[in-house]
Amino acid sequence: MMETVQEREQRQLNRKPRIATASLAGCFGCHMSVLDLDERILELAELVEFDRSPIDDLKDFTGPVDIGLIEGGCCNEENVRVLREFRKHCRILVSLGDCATMGGVPALRNTLSLQECFREAYCDGPTVYNPTGLIPNDPEIPLLLDRVYPCHEVVRVDYHLPGCPPSAESIWQTLTALLNNRPLDLPYELIKYD
Amino acid sequence: MDENGATKAAVQAICREHGNDRTRMLDILRDVQRRFGFVSDEAMDEVAEVTGCARIDVESVVSFYAFLSDRPQGRIVIRLCNDVVDELKGMPEVAAAFRRELGIAIGETTSDGFFTLAETPCIGMCDQAPAVLVNDVVVTDLDPDRVRRIVHRLRYNPDPSALVTEVGDGNNGHPLVRAMVRNNVRRAGEVIFSDRMAEAGLQQALRLTPERVIEQVKQSKLCGRGGAGFPTGRKWEFTRAAQGGPKYIICNADEGEPGTFKDRVLLTERPDLLFEGMTIAAYAIGASEGILYLRGEYAYLRRFLEHVLEERRRAGLLGQSILGVDGFDFDIRIQLGAGSYVCGEETALISSCEGQRGDPKNRPPFPAEKGFLGRPTCVNNVETLCKAARILEEGPDWFRQWGTESSAGTKLLSISGDCLRPGIYEVPFGVKLSDVLKLCGARDAGAVLVGGPSGRLVAPADFDERICFEELPTGGAIVVFDSSRDLLRIVSRYLAFFIDESCGHCTPCRVGNVLLKERIDRLRRGQGERSDLEYLERLARTIQATSRCGLGQTSPRLVECTLRDFRSLYEACLGRPDLELRPSFDIRAALRESEALVGRDSVYNWNEQSELPCRTTPSRL
Repeated sequence: MMETVQEREQRQLNRKPRIATASLAGCFGCHMSVLDLDERILELAELVEFDRSPIDDLKDFTGPVDIGLIEGGCCNEENVRVLREFRKHCRILVSLGDCATMGGVPALRNTLSLQECFREAYCDGPTVYNPTGLIPNDPEIPLLLDRVYPCHEVVRVDYHLPGCPPSAESIWQTLTALLNNRPLDLPYELIKYD
Repeated sequence: MDENGATKAAVQAICREHGNDRTRMLDILRDVQRRFGFVSDEAMDEVAEVTGCARIDVESVVSFYAFLSDRPQGRIVIRLCNDVVDELKGMPEVAAAFRRELGIAIGETTSDGFFTLAETPCIGMCDQAPAVLVNDVVVTDLDPDRVRRIVHRLRYNPDPSALVTEVGDGNNGHPLVRAMVRNNVRRAGEVIFSDRMAEAGLQQALRLTPERVIEQVKQSKLCGRGGAGFPTGRKWEFTRAAQGGPKYIICNADEGEPGTFKDRVLLTERPDLLFEGMTIAAYAIGASEGILYLRGEYAYLRRFLEHVLEERRRAGLLGQSILGVDGFDFDIRIQLGAGSYVCGEETALISSCEGQRGDPKNRPPFPAEKGFLGRPTCVNNVETLCKAARILEEGPDWFRQWGTESSAGTKLLSISGDCLRPGIYEVPFGVKLSDVLKLCGARDAGAVLVGGPSGRLVAPADFDERICFEELPTGGAIVVFDSSRDLLRIVSRYLAFFIDESCGHCTPCRVGNVLLKERIDRLRRGQGERSDLEYLERLARTIQATSRCGLGQTSPRLVECTLRDFRSLYEACLGRPDLELRPSFDIRAALRESEALVGRDSVYNWNEQSELPCRTTPSRL
């Protein structure tokens, strides 16, 4: 039976909030921190539905999403494309962790030229064997950006959650605050890093 | 004696001249600079040794002041005034002519060690811009043609004072000044420029008790004329009441606010009135020593001012028992600055007088309690002290006949920019800005900077506001911009000035002004977005609220008032709405280096979203 317009609207109103996540130039540590929710991950699965995310291995968006969590900054053009997709699809975009917020460890290369980075990685590194001296240029390998950018320099970002990684507790508090549309007030212990 | 020994001996001699006194560090280092063309490592070691301070103390002073240098400078240092007004009046062409004639860029020295080309903020010659300093000699009204002749003449005769072939009006032609500077007094008001009986104010003051003198100044409602507008009488009262001594009166003649040059004219034409005012202030607060802090850019006035002081000593107006009043001993010395805007801030000025970097101090304690060398100190502007002398002479009621409720008396304005008659105007407080614009012949004003870059850029809709502390406060600077000027560029240029002149002590000012400028420049490139405007407003508020001294507390004001009164200029700069990539993120530029190194283009067409076939050529590093 065909769904009426009213029925579709009602279904969309009733649907669970959708969440998407991605790891760009990061180490997946922030995603591991999401898994650190332990048994509350079941509670989260009750509350939300995962759209594009490594957690359910969905490679593309199925539709608009309420909250997007981004781990890592942008070090290559692929990252930029993913981030742009997230911005297009997510109502709220959150930079999750220090790399997304300010580049983090990958951004250490920002003090070096791209040429120096390539030379170390593909020519002069102590474990490199590359007698031709060629650097890979397969179109499958995304081109590096001139430097590593924090996400908010590439697209508009609504919230930043610091931490390396942010603790499961602060991720939980953030998500539940956003989902319930209430202000977030993280206790000092959760945002203290030394 | 070897070269090193000769340097040592010369430095020792200079230190000795200043009593090996570390509080005279600025004078010592200025003399070393003049003698050797720079302050070498060995010279710094020697100064530290002789004056008994740490080497780093000497080095920090050398690195702080623009007129001191730790690298050899040319025999002739040409400092181009890079103020906004100079730029409007043709400095870019003049600078290009200097570069061409000398074959060097700004900041470089010719290979023969003869010329150094440098830039310096406002040198107080906006009414005769573009202007440069050739060592201490001011050269005004330049054009590329004159630059050619000047460089030619300097090569022929390396004495910069020979460049002055025609002297300016009034005391600019005094044998001890001999400057081409013109006074441009366009409206001589009743308080400062009228004919008067010399020393009548001082004589009247000495007939009264110090308390009565302070009372008179309080009744006159005289407020500080440097910009902040603190009631002068109360300042004197606090300093008089402060415990300890000796007490000091310091005259702030470090007018560095871009667009201000009224004190230069007062120092040239009314030095006696100023020193009379200082003497009255000394009598009122019980000071035995006075310091005139003269900005380094006005060094050409120094010999003349020393001469005026000497005359006064001879006439019994300075020294022991002044005018026969037993126990009233007072003298004034001149402290020359060395090129630093922040030294106009009174606590920074005190630091500078003490021979240190011009870092502002924490307040409280206020200078009235603990100022120069930790002693009670009163710092007043040149114009304030001149007015105080006239108030004692004519009485507080006479002074209050001009002005408004909270702004008594008259104000000297230094007007420059896009107007027919730039110069000095003495007007009563409460005059409408529109009337001032008529006076100076500003026919097409699109915006007027009142109070310099730490004041406000006034939009035409507000030209009927009055010049007074209640509405448009100003230390005297009025800069007119006609409607064709790029105001955001002007805001950005003034921010660059604050960035250069920040002492660097506190983060909001040191970092905040840089962030303000970066964001405004991004907007000017068309890469801005709406959220940038909110960011600028928030950052401006933070810098003002958290900076340590007046520099950072006022530097964001231009950004703030233009965001309010010239918002359409900012709106016109906004890039495409921020749905996808930010306008400030240039993906093509970010990939350029990578594409060159790898030897292929991006597989994506970043303008569309379709994918393009790629070009593949292996590359070798």
